[in-house]
Amino acid sequence: MPTITIDGKELTVEKGKTIIQAADEAGIDIPRYCYHPGLSIVGQCRICLVEVEKMPKLQVACYTPVMDGMVVHTQSERARKGRKDVLEFLLVNHPIDCPVCDQAGECFLQDYYMKFGLYDSKMLEDKNKKSKAVPIGKHIVLDSERCILCTRCIRFCDEVSKTNELGIFHRGDHAELLPYPGKTVDNPYSVNVVDICPVGALTEKDFRFRTRVWYLDETNSVCTGCSTGCNIEVHTNKKREYKNEGRRVTRLKPRFNKDVNEYWICDEGRYSFTYVDAADRLGVVMKRVKGELQESTWAEVMPEVLTALQSAKENNKRIAVLGSPKMTNEDLFALKKFASQTLGVSQMPVTVLPKEKPFSDDFLIREDKNPNTKGAGYLGYDTDHKATRKLLDDCASGGVELLIIFHHDLEAGFETELVKSALSGAKTVVFVGSNANTTSARATYILPSCTYVEKEGTFTNFAGRVQKINRAIEPLGDSLPEWTIIRNLSRKIGKALAYFEAEDVFKDLTKNTAAFSGMSYSAIGDGGLVAEENGKLKQGDAKAAAQKTETATA
Amino acid sequence: MSKNGKILTPLIENDCNLLENYKKFKGYEAAKKALKMSQDEVIEEVQKSNLRGLGGAGFPTGRKWAFIPKNSQKPVYLVINCDESEPGTFKDKYIVSSATHVLIEGIIIASYAIGAHTCYIYIRGEYVEPARRIEAAIKEAYDAGILGKKVLGTDFNLDVYVHRGAGAYICGEETALLNSLEGKKGWPRMKPPFPAIEGLFRCPTIVNNVETIAYVPPIIQNGPKWFADMGTERSGGMRFYGISGNVNKPGIYELPVGTPLREMIYEHAGGIPGGKALKCVVPGGVSAPPLRPDEIDVPMDPDALAKIGTMIGSAGIIVMDEDTNLVEMLMASIRFYHHESCAQCTPCREGTGWLDKILQRMLSGGARERDIDDLYEIGDSIFGNTICPLGDSAGMVAKGYIDKFRGEFEAYLSKSIAAKSANSPELKKAS
Repeated sequence: MPTITIDGKELTVEKGKTIIQAADEAGIDIPRYCYHPGLSIVGQCRICLVEVEKMPKLQVACYTPVMDGMVVHTQSERARKGRKDVLEFLLVNHPIDCPVCDQAGECFLQDYYMKFGLYDSKMLEDKNKKSKAVPIGKHIVLDSERCILCTRCIRFCDEVSKTNELGIFHRGDHAELLPYPGKTVDNPYSVNVVDICPVGALTEKDFRFRTRVWYLDETNSVCTGCSTGCNIEVHTNKKREYKNEGRRVTRLKPRFNKDVNEYWICDEGRYSFTYVDAADRLGVVMKRVKGELQESTWAEVMPEVLTALQSAKENNKRIAVLGSPKMTNEDLFALKKFASQTLGVSQMPVTVLPKEKPFSDDFLIREDKNPNTKGAGYLGYDTDHKATRKLLDDCASGGVELLIIFHHDLEAGFETELVKSALSGAKTVVFVGSNANTTSARATYILPSCTYVEKEGTFTNFAGRVQKINRAIEPLGDSLPEWTIIRNLSRKIGKALAYFEAEDVFKDLTKNTAAFSGMSYSAIGDGGLVAEENGKLKQGDAKAAAQKTETATA
Repeated sequence: MSKNGKILTPLIENDCNLLENYKKFKGYEAAKKALKMSQDEVIEEVQKSNLRGLGGAGFPTGRKWAFIPKNSQKPVYLVINCDESEPGTFKDKYIVSSATHVLIEGIIIASYAIGAHTCYIYIRGEYVEPARRIEAAIKEAYDAGILGKKVLGTDFNLDVYVHRGAGAYICGEETALLNSLEGKKGWPRMKPPFPAIEGLFRCPTIVNNVETIAYVPPIIQNGPKWFADMGTERSGGMRFYGISGNVNKPGIYELPVGTPLREMIYEHAGGIPGGKALKCVVPGGVSAPPLRPDEIDVPMDPDALAKIGTMIGSAGIIVMDEDTNLVEMLMASIRFYHHESCAQCTPCREGTGWLDKILQRMLSGGARERDIDDLYEIGDSIFGNTICPLGDSAGMVAKGYIDKFRGEFEAYLSKSIAAKSANSPELKKAS
């Protein structure tokens, strides 16, 4: 392995790596526009110029491979001048409209100007005019004047989404990024081009003019759009709530995880958060009075639900539970424990397959649109759709006294007739969920639960990777995490569950479920851990996770 | 060879785009000879001849050929660069138009030497008639069994295709040319890998200029020493010099490498019209930094020119007399780079446009005090920081004119600023 020196720091680097990759590993900051670790290297923006001893010209750090004995200076006068010159060139035709640009605050031009530029411009000429505010896709707006032609977006469409929509047209300083004639950037991963755009050329329609980025808080989380479990950052605006039209989550951004989604997320997942503050969001406890659902309180409803459970138990009537793969491992474990220990429920289905097969591909988008089906399986739930049908059949035939349903909109997966007769077959239907649907509309009680951005917990993705979600915003209204609702029930009936926070549930879970044994929140970290049916962590996985946490914090 | 010792000129003069004419000049004898030699022997002969690339960079041709990996599993390609677009250069046009068969013969020898069975001739789009002629000559060669299966009766197979460019100067840069040939945007590639290792379709490829390849058959025919002896120590033989601008007899002249520039202007090209004084000479196409009249005793040899800070390039000599406005000349050169910059890398894309804007403003009466320093600084910031030599050229040219003719630029500037103040209504009112 070659040994090189960057700014006096001696590094041993894997052969074939380039200077910028070596510097990144060593925590030495070299600026970049066109270089992106998830894309091919083109070396065309030239901002990463560094001085390499024994080489007459400045070299681009992104493209130049390391060689044994190489001595690199990133802060020498020549290197600094080279970068400053490139930055000045980039701004020659740039409109410098930061005050009205959505990228301001997370713009590489601004950042590097403050770091490497700080010159008085000698540019006195008129700037070139190019197209502004062009909608180039369903979610994307292009401002060509701000574009620095780094081609990151082009390479994304060529190499990652493989949809080839974008190109550079014309030559010289008249060159412009545009979609090819007749094309729009509407692939399932299109908005990633906005994430990787280092400047304000590509902006997201949904985010444009919504808020300044410095008002945003970031919380690490996991996308719940499907079973891939892409790592995300939830950006919330608590400092200027009025700026977001009542929406508490401003946007989702992909978060790097080399084992899951690398740098990307799909558009479907990116906009999957809208249910958090949607009109159908359940924030109030409800109960049916004279056939009508009416607002109520936990204090009023909990004793009634408990009485119903108690009477069913005492009269040896059957209680049935339909869990949901949208619940966290913690929710599912608490439910399982409570249902089997206290309610005597043994069969616990979770799956409702939609009538039509949803879109999926061989990259990130999976057919299973639930974040935790795998976890439900590990925790002993029956993940077969047929098990749910059987449960509904039992209800329809009058065999069930009390039915507790989590989240599901049953009509999405079953015939309306069956759903109707099943829900009217049970004497009491308790619906626990975050959003209203045709099932909640027929429930006796509605217990509002938190969405994934309002609580803590873990999901197990399709590959068995257990990943952590964190609380980004306060729960809406009366809503509570599902495990808390179950815990509260358990305090009045049967054996009380001694949980005070999600981590308590998880600790109990790891002790009692082979697949999760040995795990902890701190070991899961930001990168996740792979659960195994036999209960052993994949070799080296814990170590890798620990390292990743370190780099993430660095 | 004709009596005055010229090599390719007689072929051009005798319409060797037709096979029957070329046969009179021992046409295709050199190829027959080469096909009997081993590949390495051919490369060695070319190496010994000191033939250097005549397209601009001047890299030793034999050495370039030797870079092709031996026993490559991938096909090897020969690509002929006929994207002649450097202002002041117009030699390849004559070779492909009228000495076409010597080029084809050179292609056979070069392809054999490097182990290529496919050759592409990339010709600039504007060369409509030359492209037509070369297509016709290739057809003649196929019909005569010179190209295709069993070249000249041997076991060697070779196909030659003509590809017409779409009008971009940058496609004369070899890697941009390869991208264009592959159907991609004509953007230069990052190097390494060099084309000899990974070129056309990521296979080993040699890209040679038309003129370079046209000199190969005479070298094989007459031996490398004959060719080397005509030139200088490190650069063999003859080459075409295109002379244009303020001279009595502009045109192309085939002369030995190392002919002094003064001789070129005042003897071969017949001096400057009206007996005017010389102001400035560009020795190798607009990309070569200019020379002052006191510098023209330099021999036209790559090494000698490099020593005085310019280059032989494509040997397109542009002569400017005392009446030339060098601010205009610089503007014309920079406007060309601005127009032709491919937009790939930042310094060239933005820098050439910026230089152009400053020069346009200077020439339309809006000169400012600091313009000369700005031009120089911008040129300096482009130079050395780009992917390909186009940006370097623009930077070098801007710096070159100011370095050599600063006095003239300053005089223009003060005259222009004075005129501006005289015409300014505010100033008039004040006075």
